[in-house]
Amino acid sequence: MEWETVIGLEIHVQLSTQTKIFSGASTAFGAEPNTQACAVDLALPGTLPVFNENAQRMAIMFGLAINAEIGKRAVFERKNYFYPDLPKGYQTTQLEKPVVGEGYVDITTDDGSRRVRIHHAHLEEDAGKSLHEDFHGMSGIDLNRAGTPLIEIVSEPDMRTSKEASEYARKVHAIVTTLGICDGNMAEGSMRCDCNVSIRPKGQEEYGTRTELKNINSFRFIERAIDTEVARQIDLIEDGGTVVQETRLYDPDRNETRSMRSKEDANDYRYFPCPDLLPVVVDDEYVEAIRATLPELPDARRERFISEYSLSEYDAGVLSAYRPQADYYEAVVAASKDAKLAANWVMGELAKNLNANDTDIKESPVNAEQLGGLLQRIKDNTISGNIAKKVFEHMWSEGGTADEIIEAKGLKQVTDTGAIEKVIDEVIANSTSQVEQYKAAEPDKRGKMIGFFMGQVMKATGGKANPGAVTGLLKKKLDALCD
Amino acid sequence: MSLDQSDVERIAYLARLAIDEQDIPQYTENLSSILQLVDEMQAIDTTGVEPLAHPLDGEQRLRVDEVSEMNQREQLQSVAPATEEGLFLVPKVIE
Repeated sequence: MEWETVIGLEIHVQLSTQTKIFSGASTAFGAEPNTQACAVDLALPGTLPVFNENAQRMAIMFGLAINAEIGKRAVFERKNYFYPDLPKGYQTTQLEKPVVGEGYVDITTDDGSRRVRIHHAHLEEDAGKSLHEDFHGMSGIDLNRAGTPLIEIVSEPDMRTSKEASEYARKVHAIVTTLGICDGNMAEGSMRCDCNVSIRPKGQEEYGTRTELKNINSFRFIERAIDTEVARQIDLIEDGGTVVQETRLYDPDRNETRSMRSKEDANDYRYFPCPDLLPVVVDDEYVEAIRATLPELPDARRERFISEYSLSEYDAGVLSAYRPQADYYEAVVAASKDAKLAANWVMGELAKNLNANDTDIKESPVNAEQLGGLLQRIKDNTISGNIAKKVFEHMWSEGGTADEIIEAKGLKQVTDTGAIEKVIDEVIANSTSQVEQYKAAEPDKRGKMIGFFMGQVMKATGGKANPGAVTGLLKKKLDALCD
Repeated sequence: MSLDQSDVERIAYLARLAIDEQDIPQYTENLSSILQLVDEMQAIDTTGVEPLAHPLDGEQRLRVDEVSEMNQREQLQSVAPATEEGLFLVPKVIE
């Protein structure tokens, strides 16, 4: 039987506010345990939440970016459950009246474009962390993260392949990082993904029973977890079994999913409006003031990169997906005045070095002005592309401008034809057998044979001879010998 | 609407309340009478009435996003039953 996969995602995005959603404690990452957990975060008796305006603002920015209706009267509710990393015994969240209503994002995969509808996005607080290492048979609790503001973005079940799911997650990541409302660091848990996965016979209208894969923290794992889970569901059904609605955990080391909680003890969260918080009312003026602050969004920037810089759709997509990279790229274009060359270097040599050193482009040791300066020297033929790579390496490890490095290392390209001709004459004089072969060859095979002489000339000049000038002169001199 | 004994046991479990077996009939009766009151209210025609999220007719005041709470871990943990390396210790909870 042919099966169709149906996927919906719930993405938790940590908002990059300075303080918690309901308290004035810091949200900085990596602090000593419980040093950023105040009386409100610990739910000590008598404390009351006060809502952080910046969390509201950031949530609305996201809503505007996905063309959603903004909730003019959002209501916080209590979601009741018991776990020690949730000191209040409930999570303050939104249910009936979320801050962000229906919206959508468009994604592109090899199979074309698809619109993924977003059901809603709501504001809520994060929980703390439980450490299960052995503390004399007890668990350790760190509540620094408790109360960190999150938006949970709930999609409709509009995705049909694992690739579409990861593309959707990438798009959400691009939007929230471009808006500057999330640092996007998935390894630190700033963006976490739950995938709802089910299968149905192709052509069937009705959805199959879904399972929920929890807390996936990389795009690659989204694809692998879904593929693994879909294979499990197909095997199960084809062997005559049925899928049970449950929460499952993806184990990347063993590439399998396993059951976490089954339906029998399905939680009843007993939601009710939080009496400690009044409805959050926003007016059009407030929303429009936020709209006016929105930066250029990834889709718009990609389109502009295509029209303004004549980039391919692929290059434009890669360069616009992450705002610091897009900003860097545009600064290189400004400094080098060559959009295509800048794209090649930002996505090539620079990206290669950043990846190898696990460095974010914001911390790149080579800044956009330095790279732009280097590209100018390629453009004006001061150095060749190959020499430029050497200059770049030096820039990366030692710093300095392209001009300083070229000068200090004597890398300036030789364009003086007299000097090049002298070297060519020497090479020809020392390569009698190759010259004989060249003369003996059919004229249309000779072009390829120039490579040998080219290599010799480059060797003799330390790679500094202008490749275009060398090829032209070599061809002229060798062909003269054939007459 | 009225509850039976198993509803009360489930509600107590969800709220993690330890209740005495002998008190359950009394709770069942009390909770059922509250629900009956709700049933009576349900009979009122509320067409056109906005649902009420909060009994106070006000709107939420917002706070500026500036750190105002400093580290008071030592003081806050002085009332905790068990701590170690800055962590609160609780009975093991892994599922």
